[in-house]
Amino acid sequence: MALDEGKDVKGGHDAREYDHEGEFRHVGTRPDRPDGVDKVTGRARFGADAYAPGMLHAAILRSPHAHARILKIDTSRAEALEGVKAVVTRADFASGLEGEDWNILENIMAGEKALYDGHAIAAVAATSKFIARDALELIEVEYEILPHVTDVDEAMQPGAPVIREGAAEPGVPEGMHPNVVRYHESGHGDVEAGFAEADLVIERHFTTEATHQGYIEPHACLAQMGPDGRGELWCTTQGHWNVQKLCAKLLGVEASAIRVTASEIGGGFGGKTTVFIEPVAMALARKTGRPVKLVMSREEVFRASGPTSSASMDVRIGMKKDGTMTAAEGTFRLQGGAFPYAPMEFTAMCAFACYDLKHVRQRGFDVMTNRPKQAAYRAPGSPMAAFAVESVVDELCQKLGLDPIEVRLKNAAREGTRASYGPTYPRIGLVETLEAARAHPHYCAPLGPNQGRGVSCGFWFNFGGETSVTLALSMDGTAQIAVGTPDIGGSRASMALMAAEELGIPYEDVRVTIADTASLGYNEISHGSRVTYASGLAVIKAARDAKRKLIARAADKWGIDPEAVEWRDGAAHPAGENAGDFEPLSIKEICAEMGATGGPIAGHYEATPEGAGVSFATHIVDAELDPETGKTTILRYTVVQDAGKAVHPSYVEGQFQGGAAQGIGWALNEEYIYGEDGRLQNPGFLDYRIPVASDLPMIDTVIVEVPNPGHPYGVRGVGETSICPPLAAVANAVSNAAGLRLRQLPMRPARILEALEAKADGEG
Amino acid sequence: MAKVKVHLWSALRAHAGGAEAVEVEARNIGQMLDALRARYPGLAPALDAGVSVSIDGRIIAASLTEPVAPGQEIYLMQRLKGG
Repeated sequence: MALDEGKDVKGGHDAREYDHEGEFRHVGTRPDRPDGVDKVTGRARFGADAYAPGMLHAAILRSPHAHARILKIDTSRAEALEGVKAVVTRADFASGLEGEDWNILENIMAGEKALYDGHAIAAVAATSKFIARDALELIEVEYEILPHVTDVDEAMQPGAPVIREGAAEPGVPEGMHPNVVRYHESGHGDVEAGFAEADLVIERHFTTEATHQGYIEPHACLAQMGPDGRGELWCTTQGHWNVQKLCAKLLGVEASAIRVTASEIGGGFGGKTTVFIEPVAMALARKTGRPVKLVMSREEVFRASGPTSSASMDVRIGMKKDGTMTAAEGTFRLQGGAFPYAPMEFTAMCAFACYDLKHVRQRGFDVMTNRPKQAAYRAPGSPMAAFAVESVVDELCQKLGLDPIEVRLKNAAREGTRASYGPTYPRIGLVETLEAARAHPHYCAPLGPNQGRGVSCGFWFNFGGETSVTLALSMDGTAQIAVGTPDIGGSRASMALMAAEELGIPYEDVRVTIADTASLGYNEISHGSRVTYASGLAVIKAARDAKRKLIARAADKWGIDPEAVEWRDGAAHPAGENAGDFEPLSIKEICAEMGATGGPIAGHYEATPEGAGVSFATHIVDAELDPETGKTTILRYTVVQDAGKAVHPSYVEGQFQGGAAQGIGWALNEEYIYGEDGRLQNPGFLDYRIPVASDLPMIDTVIVEVPNPGHPYGVRGVGETSICPPLAAVANAVSNAAGLRLRQLPMRPARILEALEAKADGEG
Repeated sequence: MAKVKVHLWSALRAHAGGAEAVEVEARNIGQMLDALRARYPGLAPALDAGVSVSIDGRIIAASLTEPVAPGQEIYLMQRLKGG
């Protein structure tokens, strides 16, 4: 394997990183995860497991109104309560922020208005959490209640309450309601000409509800800040450098003043890519001079952390009798709460990305409502697009009597296809996932009464991002890797496998640690399916850097040029007969005397990998409908997805299964329900129903491996694409079982019964 | 300096005289974005908000130093992120 010698890794990027030859020894195996024992024995420390001497407990007062002007906040009675050490309001945070920094501050602590039910108004630090909660009741807030709107379509109507005047960015079409703050349009060709070529054109309207990422662990942190203005923060997060950056901005201090350590994380799925409580805890710690612990309740997680957007969508597709798609058009309206940046451009760009279309156009509208600020959720924006588009494709196949996988294969994007969002695809793996799905026994298994089968494809971009890794060798030849990407899916095992592969040492000889912000260069958040791709690439490069140094030590010892030394099987060897006759020097031997041969040996990598490679999946699902209750049972589910190269197949399969499970919940049960008063009606897992193990079959998986040219081993991100197809796949299965089309999610039993009754009455 | 052809997403085209693609002189993405700002000031807010760039089908999420060259297929895209 090449050693990348002399390659510049500081900027400038090689599109052709893939360089693996021969068989893997470690990559592709399934060893136990290094953090497994800690997690099953309760020793792992999550966000709420941090404690400090003299620690205070914090609680946050939240708005009971969906939309209200804050006329007055009187904290005097709360501050007078024994045990209360400080109260903070918006005045305790930085002023003069702009753009998204201002949006984030406004979300974590209200300014002039409460913008949604659950919006933070003030926070208290006290000697116990009970005193802190009691103190909240002593804070007097005078509100002027304003009209509210929580529905995306209603928020766009003339006369809808305006969330924030002047928030619209340039490019929003004239005449739109001020709640429409951003607009996207893309595509190519002449869609009307394309529709004219079709034998059948179907146009349908779809809606999806906001869903929460549903992580088990609520947001939690422990903050402290001394009189010297320097502080520390321990928190559960997907990206502690981002937490550091945002806390510094919101508190008006330098980034280096705050050292952030990421705890173990009990799920994130995108919801822990920003801040909610961390700057509040820091502000209280600054004001009191004592450590402050702040933990969200589950109700607070639902009301005040970011769910995904809800969507209102119109999709139109034309098809010839032979299954050729002639044109496609979509309009996607997403609400992202009381702030801009609902991911409507990703909805639009992902919508038709699976297909080779000569004529395609997509539009997106970002709409503000009186709801919490949306946060990323696995492939943000893409699942709802797939629901609408893949439902219409399925209906076209039904009406034209065509096989849904054959039609998708006929129209599938492949290398050289001009993507619906513009560029030409390099090597991609959609066709391979469709062929594997077609060949899977699931696809031809018989179905019983009231049962239906659904198929859907899905697409996500994937992402690289700033990445720093240090690989330090110990005196005994074992390796310690410091990465900056919190382990949200078994990535420590994958990093260790890749390091073991490069160095030629046992997997067990590699220890991977998530470093804090003072110990490593900047790292982008663990998001965008980037960790195994980007941190993995960085680990490989850092290991190669260390190998260069190991080789140099052996060369020095033998008195030959480094070019005459090669690394294999965990040892330096003379590269050939001309290099000399030397016994191999193992990594243990070289490291044992490294102090006397030039000093410690470590490898480094700091760069922004830019070859993440897009990802595709095809899902098959069988569902059974109870015509008396409307309940849907998922009988069988198969995920087929391109992983590029599965470093640890068990964790790749786990990502596939997790995305499918969350998508099933989104399709069947999960939804934010708002009352007429604009308040969230179901902020708890009792009334917000996520799938549990007994709701699901064992989800079968097929790993397709079409190497990504942008990674040395061909790795593609796998964490997000798996949630893109399930909404449509389940909807298609339910529709096929029921003999009617359901275009509103979730497909809860009452909604299905209503549709069945309408069908029986001749309206279906 | 050689000219590169940059494709714009539809909502940007109104700020570039309706053109689907425009040509500017640049050797890397940073120079390309600066040239676009200078020639089409209306594009600045969208570019400042953050863009990703597709070069021959490879999506560059953030790098300003990535080289660009005549003959490459270059698309501006809204800045990528994930969950």
